[in-house]
Amino acid sequence: MTAEKINITQINESDEVKKRLFKRLMVFMGAIALLLITAILSLRFGSVSYSTGEIVDALKGIEGSNAKTIVMNIRLPRMLLAIMVGANLAISGALLQAVMRNPLADPGLTGVSTGASLAAVTIMLVFPALTVYVPLAAFVGGCLACLFVYSLAWKRGIDPIRIILAGVAVNALLGGGTSLLSVLYSDKIQGVLMWLNGSIAGKSWYHVRILMPYSIIGIIIGLLCINTSNVLQLGDDAAKNLGIKVSHARIFLSLTAAFLAGISVATVGLIGFIGLIIPHISRLLVGSDYKYMLPVSALLGATLLVVADTAARTVFSPVELPVGILMAVFGGPFFLYLLRRGGAYRV
Amino acid sequence: MIEASRLKIGYDNKIVVEDFDFEIKAGEIIALIGPNGSGKSTVLKVVSRLMKAMAGVVHLDGNDIHRLSTKEVAKKLSMLSQQQITPPDFTVRELVAYGRLPHRQWYETKSQEDEEIIEWAIGQTRLEKLADRYINNLSGGERQRAWIAMALAQRPKILLLDEPTTYLDICHQLEVMELVSRLNKELGITVVMVLHDLNQAVRYSHRLVVIKEGRFVAEGTPEAVLTKDMLRQVYNVEAEVTIDKNIGKPVFMPLGLAYGT
Ligand SMILES: Nc1ncnc2c1ncn2[C@@H]1O[C@H](COP(=O)(O)OP(=O)(O)O)[C@@H](O)[C@H]1O
Ligand SMILES: [Mg+2]
Repeated sequence: MTAEKINITQINESDEVKKRLFKRLMVFMGAIALLLITAILSLRFGSVSYSTGEIVDALKGIEGSNAKTIVMNIRLPRMLLAIMVGANLAISGALLQAVMRNPLADPGLTGVSTGASLAAVTIMLVFPALTVYVPLAAFVGGCLACLFVYSLAWKRGIDPIRIILAGVAVNALLGGGTSLLSVLYSDKIQGVLMWLNGSIAGKSWYHVRILMPYSIIGIIIGLLCINTSNVLQLGDDAAKNLGIKVSHARIFLSLTAAFLAGISVATVGLIGFIGLIIPHISRLLVGSDYKYMLPVSALLGATLLVVADTAARTVFSPVELPVGILMAVFGGPFFLYLLRRGGAYRV
Repeated sequence: MIEASRLKIGYDNKIVVEDFDFEIKAGEIIALIGPNGSGKSTVLKVVSRLMKAMAGVVHLDGNDIHRLSTKEVAKKLSMLSQQQITPPDFTVRELVAYGRLPHRQWYETKSQEDEEIIEWAIGQTRLEKLADRYINNLSGGERQRAWIAMALAQRPKILLLDEPTTYLDICHQLEVMELVSRLNKELGITVVMVLHDLNQAVRYSHRLVVIKEGRFVAEGTPEAVLTKDMLRQVYNVEAEVTIDKNIGKPVFMPLGLAYGT
């Protein structure tokens, strides 16, 4: 009698675990499907809309279809950029949340965004002749700011609180620099505003080709950080006990995150909230195991930016909004909603 | 097994442990005792290389512990801190599986042997029926056992436990103590634990080490260490120490505070 009872509870419990695995896989597949659907829709909609059939023809390279030029030369590279940048930013945020052991960490904490901004804005306003080098300068600026934050935070090891404090200080300093330049050169601010608010408009295959290799490398390294991210969730002492060099791990994960954010910012400018909201949503959907959470974050991040970019160019057509503004306007309130809702994962 | 000598340990510039020697011999159970804030956790962190001493060395099997690769150390020694952090949705089995991490390269996945050892560790701590439950939904005693199971999955020769019983009721305290005792007897695991209950320390350990304000006070068999004088000097407590007929070991009964004596 009792033996039977024990058996039953045992089966129920492993069922629970199986159900969770099933759910995680379903979410993963669902995220892939969602990305595919939104990707196709993003090719269809714009100033001119096409049917899915026309899109397929264009992708097959069938000559004479009028969709071909627009889809292949404008919408496809834009979509690919949105996918890469969205995935990069989401992975970056998720990794930093493991580093800080805090679900509210954001790629901006490392100083990458403000560093990149200051460098890009300096070039655009002070040395406009060098504008072609904006992506390079932004990347270098982001890296330098990140190194600055981490050297300030280093004191016989690296501690999340010190990273946050150093990040806030450096961000304030560099943000001040950007504002100062904007005021001094307020007559030439137009292009700068577009960049500061993040926009994929006008980006072409050229940008895709630049970003693609770095993005692939960054994402692969990010996926290799899964185990370490999980162990860091057990706390410093437990991680050290298991033979993890915690400070090294924190720095490695942070650098990977900064790299992913840096290459993205350098290509399309500042796009906030993806790195914060997407890992949060993924956690609600699949739990805090990075083996599932990180890939789902990448997929959802890509999906969100594809949707946002499509909306940015269609909603107020023919006026095109910077996608960064759209993210802020919808991302902020949505994030507050998530926070209030709480759910399985409490902050 | 572990030999630490002339340890000087501090946080920032505040020195909290000074001139402390600590020897752990294979096969014994040691209880490290002393008042709150006397430096017990600090000493345990240093001998388990979680923290660096300002001076002095820790030898593990004759080698400086900080020169050994931290992963190699993790195969020989496991330390459970006073407080554990568990993500809200890790199951017992998932937690225990992390104990195998030191035995794998970063590119390897769980082997058949890993799986077997995980199940073995779960069996040793009698968590079979709770293996698929979330850690955060377990009682304090069960949670403590889950973490001990994770430590066991490392297959350590030495287990260091910082206050493994502090937040548990008496039944769960005894459960943990009996588990520790069995691991020592049946598997030959050397155990060092910080305990607050002196009667339990006497009952379950072979040797007591007493620390007060970061300094070594006394060590020896329970009979030699648990005395009225020690209790007065270290804890400021007047107490009666008698030999208990049932277990043949000293037990103490506090009578009152000893301030001003
Ligand atoms: N992280 C820390 N930073 C600064 N001081 C600390 C830290 N941890 C412990 N201490 C100090 O070190 C002393 C010893 O602490 P601890 O080893 O935790 O004592 P015990 O475990 O015996 O209660 C205490 O005075 C405590 O305030
Ligand atoms: Mg302590």
